[in-house]
Amino acid sequence: MFRFLVRRLLGALVILLIISAVTFWLFYAIPRDPAMMSCGKNCTPDMLKQVRHNLGIDHPIPVQYWYWLKGIFVGRSYGDFGDCSAPCLGYSFANREPVLGTILDRLPLTLSLAFGAAVVFLIFGVGAGMIAALKQGKWQDKVASSASLLGSSLQIYFVGYIAMYFLVFKMGILDNPSYTPITESPADWFSGLLLPWLVLAIIFTANYTRMSRSQLVEQLSEDYVRTARAKGLSRSNVFLRFAWRGAMGPIVTIFGVDLGTLIGGAIITESVFSLQGVGRLALDAVNKSDLPMVLGVTLLSAGAIVVFNIVVDAVYALIDPRIRLA
Amino acid sequence: MTLPTPSAAVPLEVTDESVVKSTTSGDPKGSEGRSPGRLAWKRFKRDRTGVISACIVIFFFVIGLAAPLIAKLYGKDPYTTYASDRPDLLDAFAYPAGPNGGMSSEFWFGIEPQLGRDVFTFLLYAIRNSLGIAAAATILTTVVGVVIGVTAGYLGGKTDYLVGRVIDILLSFPSTLFFIAFMPVVYGIFVNPDDNTPTSLIVFSLIVVLAAFGWASIARLLRGQVLGLREREFVEAAKVTGASPMRIVFKELLPNLWTPIIIQSTLMLPAYVTAEAGLAFLGVGVTDPTPDWGVMIGRGATFYTEDITFMLFPGLAMVIFVLAFNLLGDSVRDALDPKSKR
Repeated sequence: MFRFLVRRLLGALVILLIISAVTFWLFYAIPRDPAMMSCGKNCTPDMLKQVRHNLGIDHPIPVQYWYWLKGIFVGRSYGDFGDCSAPCLGYSFANREPVLGTILDRLPLTLSLAFGAAVVFLIFGVGAGMIAALKQGKWQDKVASSASLLGSSLQIYFVGYIAMYFLVFKMGILDNPSYTPITESPADWFSGLLLPWLVLAIIFTANYTRMSRSQLVEQLSEDYVRTARAKGLSRSNVFLRFAWRGAMGPIVTIFGVDLGTLIGGAIITESVFSLQGVGRLALDAVNKSDLPMVLGVTLLSAGAIVVFNIVVDAVYALIDPRIRLA
Repeated sequence: MTLPTPSAAVPLEVTDESVVKSTTSGDPKGSEGRSPGRLAWKRFKRDRTGVISACIVIFFFVIGLAAPLIAKLYGKDPYTTYASDRPDLLDAFAYPAGPNGGMSSEFWFGIEPQLGRDVFTFLLYAIRNSLGIAAAATILTTVVGVVIGVTAGYLGGKTDYLVGRVIDILLSFPSTLFFIAFMPVVYGIFVNPDDNTPTSLIVFSLIVVLAAFGWASIARLLRGQVLGLREREFVEAAKVTGASPMRIVFKELLPNLWTPIIIQSTLMLPAYVTAEAGLAFLGVGVTDPTPDWGVMIGRGATFYTEDITFMLFPGLAMVIFVLAFNLLGDSVRDALDPKSKR
């Protein structure tokens, strides 16, 4: 297990390095000068030079990349703009703030959104899939299957507005989406995020219903399930301890992928519900060609995906002892 | 037979073009000549959901292709702001004066709030543009994915290793974020960022960026398939008879790979339609005066609290299209690959 983790973490670091290098290099293909934007209108050539120097963009690209990498471990100074201490992901051209601080400000919203939605869609998706598998061919199965088909064809930029229109503006059942830190007021936090959770869940549930149904149907027809029933174990016991355990693997896999993607920034969701999370931060940064911010968010998103892949593989081995980690 | 069959999907001996033709437009006549393609077509015809969804999908493509003709017969175009000549169409707050978003016998789907364009033709052209972009991106992705996947699988060794690592990295990219981040990069290569980006360039960049991040999954799948096929006798026989690698790839391997390629690309197209619309919605893809599904939904989002009708048309049309295409994809898979489980 230990060797597996070390090896996978090293692999993850390599992937993140490559992703950051690719982003860094590709962004310089845009002939847009960040120093001009940071310097403002009445900019003299001397001032421009100074700004370039402060932002550290007066070096060749590989050197800049090296400074950026070094900054993560030892921090770096941005002249008049101030210092940026040890885990320094760079200094935003547009916001004039260290990147890491801004991302950390936005992260609680994105995490709340991701984990809240995950709880809802896991419960509903897996629950509906279990019922559908137990009642194969009956009306419950048909309802669950059709609902999941419809759900997988819906898009958040349509359903989100429809839900807001009817549930918030017409009927007033739910609150307009907003974010209050959970430490300030758990009730406001909950009611402000309830609608985004539900809408995200509608879209994600479908996949889990389909997957858990097909997995359970397969497991329930296995010989070992029949043997366990024949031995006299109760139905619920067989279902939960045998069949469900066997069915969990693929569900854990897609759950890890989905969670990683959501934490990396649900850009469209955050735009629809006007929530200022990491996804919106990324979109704004791209529109302003704010390379350090784009790099920071990209690294966070890719990091979330890579880390959750490793977690999934480790959890897989815990669920299914036949899988050896190597 | 104890041969390790790489996939139940792979038909054993197939003459090249017959599969392609018969899966798309084969004519079933009796039981003579039962090529796998014919069999698949027979299975597909019996699947009622599949046939109905195929009709819906074809309907969308037809109205997309015939959009200029329909618009001509209907007598309007998606760009004219009809309200500027006829102020009675919009009320004092620039929302449609008539009920239900101004639907009438003249404006079938109503009038757009604020600008007063015709919703029906705007939606027609939106479907045309969105489907065109998605179809082009699907074709490009499939071609790139197939070429890279088959080459890696067939050559093996260092090429395979390198391609495998590139695929690993691409698959751990956060894709939406990268679409957003790289669209400006592609524009930047061609035009000065201060100038307006021409629509044709936006469309070109969209297709390139979608394909650049999309080929990895299909390449990985095909690589796996080729690894299994490469060791089979018929490939060995072809090698012994002195066939060139090109011939082996195109005449021996490719005919056996049509099933996974068709299945993958039917899954890809609706995903690209929604991805393209999502980018346009975020303001990164195609932009306003050009009709597009995502542009329309984005426009609708600016005034949805006052007039939801405008948004319902593109939204529902998209749900119907994607649902039908997903059902069609399932049916195609069932027909081509009857042993696979859902």
